[in-house]
This record gives sequence, structure tokens and C-alpha cells, in this order.
Amino acid sequence: MEKTYNNKAWFFVLPVLLLVLFSAAIPLMTVVNYSVQDTFGNNEFFWAGTGWFTEILNSDRFWAALQRNLLFSVIILALEIPLGIFIALNMPKKGLGVPVCLVLMALPLLIPWNVVGTIWQVFGRVDIGLLGRTLAILGIDYNYVRDPIDAWVTVIVMDVWHWTSLVVLLCYAGLVSIPDAYYQAAKIDGASRWSVFRFIQLPKMKRVLLIAVLLRFMDSFMIYTEPFVVTGGGPGNSTTFLSIDLVKMAVGQFDLGPAAAMSIIYFLIILLMSWIFYTVMTSSDKDA
Amino acid sequence: MARITLDHIRHAYGANPVADSDYALREVHHEWNDGGAYALLGPSGCGKTTLLNIISGLLQPSHGRILFDGNDVTEVSTQGRNIAQVFQFPVIYDTMTVYDNLAFPLRNRKVPEAEVDKRVRDMLGIIDLADWADRKARGLTADQKQKISLGRGLVRNDVNAILFDEPLTVIDPHMKWVLRSQLKRIHKQFGFTMVYVTHDQTEALTFADKVVVMYEGEIVQIGTPAELFEKPSHTFVGYFIGSPGMNVLPAQLNERSVVVGSQRMDLNVPPQTKPGDRIELGIRPEFIHLGREGMPVKISRIEDIGRRRIVRAEFEGKPLAIVADENTEIPAEARVSFDPAGINIYANSWRVGGEA
Amino acid sequence: MLELRKAAKMVAGEYHIHPSDLTLERGSLNVLLGPTLSGKTSLMRLMAGLDRPTEGAVYFDGIDVTGMPVQKRNIAMVYQQFINYPLLTVYENIASPMRISGKDKATVDREVRKAADLLRLTPYLDRTPLHLSGGQQQRTALARALVKNASLVLMDEPLANLDYKLREELREELPKIFAQSGAIFVYATTEPSEALMLGGNTATLSEGRITQFGPTIDIYRRPADLTTAKTFADPPLNFIEVVKSGGGLRHREGDVLPLPAHLGTIPDGPLTVAFHPHHLGFTQQTENSARLAARTQISEITGSESFVHLEYDGVKWVMLAPGIHNIDPDTGIEVFLDTRHLMAFGSDGRAIAAAAA
Repeated sequence: MEKTYNNKAWFFVLPVLLLVLFSAAIPLMTVVNYSVQDTFGNNEFFWAGTGWFTEILNSDRFWAALQRNLLFSVIILALEIPLGIFIALNMPKKGLGVPVCLVLMALPLLIPWNVVGTIWQVFGRVDIGLLGRTLAILGIDYNYVRDPIDAWVTVIVMDVWHWTSLVVLLCYAGLVSIPDAYYQAAKIDGASRWSVFRFIQLPKMKRVLLIAVLLRFMDSFMIYTEPFVVTGGGPGNSTTFLSIDLVKMAVGQFDLGPAAAMSIIYFLIILLMSWIFYTVMTSSDKDA
Repeated sequence: MARITLDHIRHAYGANPVADSDYALREVHHEWNDGGAYALLGPSGCGKTTLLNIISGLLQPSHGRILFDGNDVTEVSTQGRNIAQVFQFPVIYDTMTVYDNLAFPLRNRKVPEAEVDKRVRDMLGIIDLADWADRKARGLTADQKQKISLGRGLVRNDVNAILFDEPLTVIDPHMKWVLRSQLKRIHKQFGFTMVYVTHDQTEALTFADKVVVMYEGEIVQIGTPAELFEKPSHTFVGYFIGSPGMNVLPAQLNERSVVVGSQRMDLNVPPQTKPGDRIELGIRPEFIHLGREGMPVKISRIEDIGRRRIVRAEFEGKPLAIVADENTEIPAEARVSFDPAGINIYANSWRVGGEA
Repeated sequence: MLELRKAAKMVAGEYHIHPSDLTLERGSLNVLLGPTLSGKTSLMRLMAGLDRPTEGAVYFDGIDVTGMPVQKRNIAMVYQQFINYPLLTVYENIASPMRISGKDKATVDREVRKAADLLRLTPYLDRTPLHLSGGQQQRTALARALVKNASLVLMDEPLANLDYKLREELREELPKIFAQSGAIFVYATTEPSEALMLGGNTATLSEGRITQFGPTIDIYRRPADLTTAKTFADPPLNFIEVVKSGGGLRHREGDVLPLPAHLGTIPDGPLTVAFHPHHLGFTQQTENSARLAARTQISEITGSESFVHLEYDGVKWVMLAPGIHNIDPDTGIEVFLDTRHLMAFGSDGRAIAAAAA
């Protein structure tokens, strides 16, 4: 791309930069500060070096939470991406159905996280929830408060319900940009439905899919509100993800040092994973 | 290869068409020969793309039938019609190599791989892309991509017809020449039935044996390039073909002669007209001779366009375009004479006769 | 007067536009002619001030405007795509530049109606662009450029997306319409025939270089080098390699072309000779014609003329002959080359002596 020589555009970005500085960069520095010190309150700090980091990296609790997080993200991606593509492929391309579908799809995205959590918390309750009661009547033993598997299923179904729409909308945007001539040519070439998907639709959706995967990975890896509202991390520690663990540590136990060290490790993991995703998915672009 | 019969075809995009103007395509009833090269020529909105889509099966006509070799295919899908099409913008499978692009239609039809290889290699030679076989199709130039689109159609060697939808739109002028003559050579070599849609007269005339000129949903003339040039059956054909188009002058008929303003020209055969018809005389700029003899004109401008000059003049109060080649001398007090073979007489815009 | 003084544009260590000098006079029509990616658009962006040249300077009426942003210059631009405000009527579209510059209502109305009349848009003033044909949409964009009363009007292949016949009409009207405004008019195209019909001056471009600049017809007749000649030829030029010795141009197969007057004084030696397809013919037009034996390949007929593709000693030629000649492929025929218009080039590609006018 050509660069402009007009530097005034920076003034427009400046407010955002300041906001990011105050809301992200400065807190981050505070966190770094905490992570290498120890305190017993009263604003007295002692140098702790890499102590907190070693402690975190040696704790089973951290590794267990990390494993849960990774498993959760993998399941979420494995469900939401194919499902999103499938729904997008089957959405109408023209006519009255288009706005109807788009609004329906956008609805879950407009609901705040904690509300989604509350909805599902009530929805799944065995005593009064529609889902919980129905399942109980059908003779299925379902109780997310007691059974770890049921808790996981609930959190996953909730996330799929909440966020598949995002994948759908992104894929749909990719699909409608394909000119009709491509479909006509494929018909004429006698291509099967699968070939059309594999050689026309998938290549054209690749860029938006990359964005969808990245967004969904980062979001699911940082999941906090919904499981916190529904299961509170339980039963036991079965749905205690890194973020929940972190809050427990920082707010519940007021262990600022280890919590800060954990935040930084957490942050670096997300950065690393996103970078790996990005490089892997864009590398296949350069083989022309 | 197939003979294409268009049996009383009409098409309207809206529901319940009543008036003629509701139809994007008014009555089309023609038979196109097996192995012929046809061009559909006309301005945007004349119905040429509608007709092409009806032939390819992307559209179902509101009325009428379409037959390939006498078999009714009106209800048959695009796949079932066994046709090939080259679109305005190159359609290629960018993740595949050039070779795989050409092999795609064959593999879809379960042709044995040995046969696929043989036919694809042949086709790569014909479209001059043998050296590019293993390249990804994405990085190619527009003309190479168009050749791949064409190759994907030709490689099947059993297609009923090959359809072209303004295939040279995105090609640079120099490459147009190369592709056009390559296309013509392929037509001569294989004898496919070809239908070529365009708004560019040069493309239509040089490509086709028969040019179908369309205007407002109707076919106004089907003819060889020479017929369209010499005897345009409608003033629209005269205007649309030729650059500049035909001069059309209001005229009166007077027994065996035609009168334009104060000028009278004799006709051999008096045309058949009814009283009250609007009579016009059409003459192409190429059939007007500029010299010291003949009828007076007032020259307003001379455009030198290289190999020839376009002389803009006023004749009996009406604008007249005259074409003169680069060696012709243009006198100051110029006069014109009309080549009798180039005179056409129109009544209500339709040709009723000519040739003085 | 717009001047480029050694203006160049370098991107990632590569010249998109090589250092170029170009002077465009007020009230002139200037065509930029070259194939896709030859640098037409890049050059226009330098002229407009959308890009700053990486070297050299841009002067307007003697004032250095290098680096002055495009908003501060009085420029109008028309693109290949029909760019209008989709929700505004044609009237408001045309009026938009005057609204921005804060003209009073009466002036706006007068100017809009004048421009609409000139571009035959009066019946459509109340419609929105989506309800117009391509030609009408582009005429709306042109009208907007016109009312802006810009001192520099840049048009980047404005007619490329229009039907052939519409293009022909607008091409004839455009120079007339803008000639009155006194602006510098720059028009980019890939088509030599379009340049010829527009007339004015032409700058031929090839791979980011201006190869020649001057009156259009002069460049067509007397290209300074082979690249320019090839850029400015549609149908493509034909070539023959000959050796000049004494009174003739000798081809290695033994054919001799009679030496035309305008090449009489050049020194003996090898030459590349180029000629246009219409200088080949079936009949001997003048005593300056050479009789050559060629083989036919394919004939294309336009109704009044025929393009006959030939092969002469392994080289592909095109002949444009009046009348209808549908000759079977691979037939030996005799053709005559009118040598009065030959263009001769040396081994360095420079023109040795250009064709007589």
C-alpha cells in the first residue's frame, strides 16, 4: 500500500492511544510491579524477584486451570467454527429472509455476558429451569451444580449459543462477496456440492475464518463471566478456568503477588497462541 | 456439438407480464446451426444476456422452448445441458494449479486419470499455457485466466455449445488481438457451436459467422458482417454497427427517386411504402466520396484518427459524417457524391429498399 | 500550467514512476496512453497531490505545490467506476462540490442546470444514481467534475465500463465540454484508438516511464522509439528486419523493399522496420509498394474491411484490407507493402527516420 505523507491523521488516533495507555498499559505496568514484589499490606513492599513466577509455574492448581482452559477453547472452536460455516452456507442469499436471519443471528451477540450467564443459570436449574425440568421429566439425570460433566456441557452449550452467531455473520459476509459467476461456472464444470465448498467457498472465506478463529480463541481462553455466574467455578474446581482462578487468588485470597505473576503468564500465553494461530493460517497464503 | 433451436421464446423478470414493455426478451424464434459462430450484439439492457442465460439454463423462459439437436432441454438444468461458458471476469479456482483447473471438469465426470492427463496436456498446448501447468492459477494475468476458463470448457470435447459473456472486457487492447484470433483458430479447428455476447461491434463482427443484433428485447437483424454493414435492416443496426455509424437523413420518395432537401437521387427499384410512412435515407460514411464533383457540403471539422480521417460536415442542414483515408486530399470547396450501392431507404426505421 | 520536474515515485526501492518531466498547458487535453500497470494512475496521483513524489517537484502556475494536500488544490477527478453519492439525487450529486465551497443557492441552481443540460441529464435530476443506466451515472460524475470549475481535471479510464457506442458519443462530447472550462484536462486510457479520437496531446507510458509526449497524431505517425510505437498501435504493428544498402531495404529471403524518400538519407546498415496493418494490401497502390509472398492464417471480417493474419518468413503480420476477404488458412498469397509510411528503428530501438506525414 502507498503511504500518505499527511501526519495529521495521528491526532484522530491520539484519544484512543491515551485511553489504551490508561486502561491497559498503566495497569499492566502495575501488574508487573506487583508480580516481582511481596506485601503484607500497609503499602509496604518487598522485592520478591522471580519468586512468584516459580511458585505459579510449580503449582498444580495453575496447570490444572490451564489444561481446562485449553480443553475448553479446543472444544469451543471445534463446535462453533464448523457449525457457524454450516449455518452461514444455509442462510438465504437474497430476499426477505436475509434481514430476518441477520437480526436473529445478531440477537445473542447483543446480550451482556452476565445476563447470558443468568439466563442459562435459571434455564438449567432442575427445580424451576425450563431445560432442567424438561430433562428431569424425560428421565435424564442432569444437574450442573452437582455433576462436573453436566457443568461443562452447560458452559459449552451456553458459549456455543452465545457466540456461534459471530462466526456465522463473518462467514456470511465472506460468502455473499462471491460473484454468481463462480457458482455458475462450477455447475457447468459439473462440480459436486462438496467441490463447490472446497474450491470456491472455503478459499473465499479463508480470511474471515482466520479472524473468526482468532477472536473465538482469544475470547474463549479468557472466558470468565458466564461460568462465574452459572457454576462459580464448580462443582469442585471442575469449571475453574485461569481467569476465575486468578480472581479467586487476587480478590478472594488477596494474594496480589502470585495473582500478578499469573496474569502475566496468562497474558503471554494468549499472545503466543494468537501469534501461532496467525502465522500458521496466513503462511498458506504465500504459496502463489 | 448441437443445433440450437429457440422456439418462440419470451421472457419477463416480473410476474404477470402484460404489455410488450414488461418483457426483457420479446419473441425470439430462430434456429442456430451446429458448429456455427454466433455473436449477440447490442447495448446494455437489450436482452442479450437474458437470452444467453436462457441458453445456458440459468434462466427458465416465461414462454417457449429451447431445443438442442431437436431435444427439448427447456426443463434441463445447466449441468444437464452439457455446455461451457466463459464469463466477463475470469472464473478460476485459485487454490488449484493451472493443470488441476483444466482437469477439474473431467475429474468431476469420473474420466479415467490417464485420459484426463492426455486431454489436459493437449489443451495446455492449444491455449499456450504448457509452461504454466504446475503454477497456482492465482498469480496469472487476466488473459491467461480467461484462457484457463476457455480451456476448462474445451477440454470436455463433448460440449453442446460454448457460451461467451463479454469475455474480453478486462483484457488490454494488445492481448485482445491475440486472444481473438486464437479463439477464431480454435473454432475453425474444432467446429464447436459458439455463442458470443458483446456490446463491442469489432469483437462481434470479427468473431462471428452470423451476428444477431438485439435492441430493446428484440432481434432486429441476423446477418453476416457484410450484410449488417451494407444492408442494415433497421436504422438502429446502421447506427450501432460502424464507427461512426450510418448517416440517417429525413427524405421523401418521389416515384423512382429519393429527395433529401434540395437534392434528388435516382433509385433503380422503387421501395414499397405506405402513405404517411416516415421515410429516411441511410448512407454509411464509408460510401460517401469527397471531391470536387457532386452535391455541396459545408465541412465543420476534420478528425485525424491515424489511418483515416472523419470529416464532420453539414449537408442540407443535417450533420453528415464522411470517412476519408489518410491519402485522400480534402478540397476547400468540397462536394460529395453518394455511392449508389450504399444507399438504403427506411420507412418507420425499417429498411424497405435501396440501391439507386 | 502544471509541471512535473524530475518527479518520481519510488515504492519499496522500486520506481513506480521514473523521474519524469512533463509540462501541461492550461486549456489543453492530455492523454496518458499505456497498458494496464504502466503507471497511468500513479502519475495521475502525483499530479493530483494524492501522493507526494519521492524525488523531484510538482509546480502549478510556477508555484511549487509538492506536498500540498489534495484538498487545498482545485482538482476534479473521475474514475472508471461510477462514483456518486447513492442516496442523493442527481441534482444534489452535481451540486455537492458547490455546497461544500458554500456557493449561494441561485448560483448552485444555475450551474447544476447548465451542467445537466450539457450532459443531457435534465430529465433525471430527481432520480438517485441507482435508478440510472451506467452511461447516465458516469455523466453525473462528469457533471460534478465540471461544476467544480477545477483547474485540473483528471480522468482515469472514465469510459472503460460503458458500452462501445456510448463511449463513442461521450468521447466526442468530452473534449468540447471541457475545452470551454480552460482547465488542464488529463485522460488516461489503454486504447490507442481512444487517444486518436480525443486528439490533443498524448504522453505514452511504459513500465513507469513517459516514453514520449507531444501532439497525439504526431506521436502516432512519428514515434521516437519502438516501445512508443508498440504502445501506440491498435491493431498491433508489423515488423520486418532488413538491411539498408544503396537504394533498397533488403530482407534476408531476398525480397527488396523500394527505399521511400524519407529514409533516403540514412546510413547503410541493419534496421527494424515497422508498419501499420493498413499499409499492407492486395493491390499495388503506388510504385513505392513492395510485392511480398506470405501465408495466410486466419481472416477476421468487420463488414467493410478484413483483418487477414499472415505469416511472412516466420513472423506474424496483420493486414487490414478494405472489402471482404475470407481466405482459407495456410494459403500462399501475394501482398503489397506501401513503403511511404515505413518507420525505421535502429538496434537500440530509437527511431532512425520517422514516416512521412
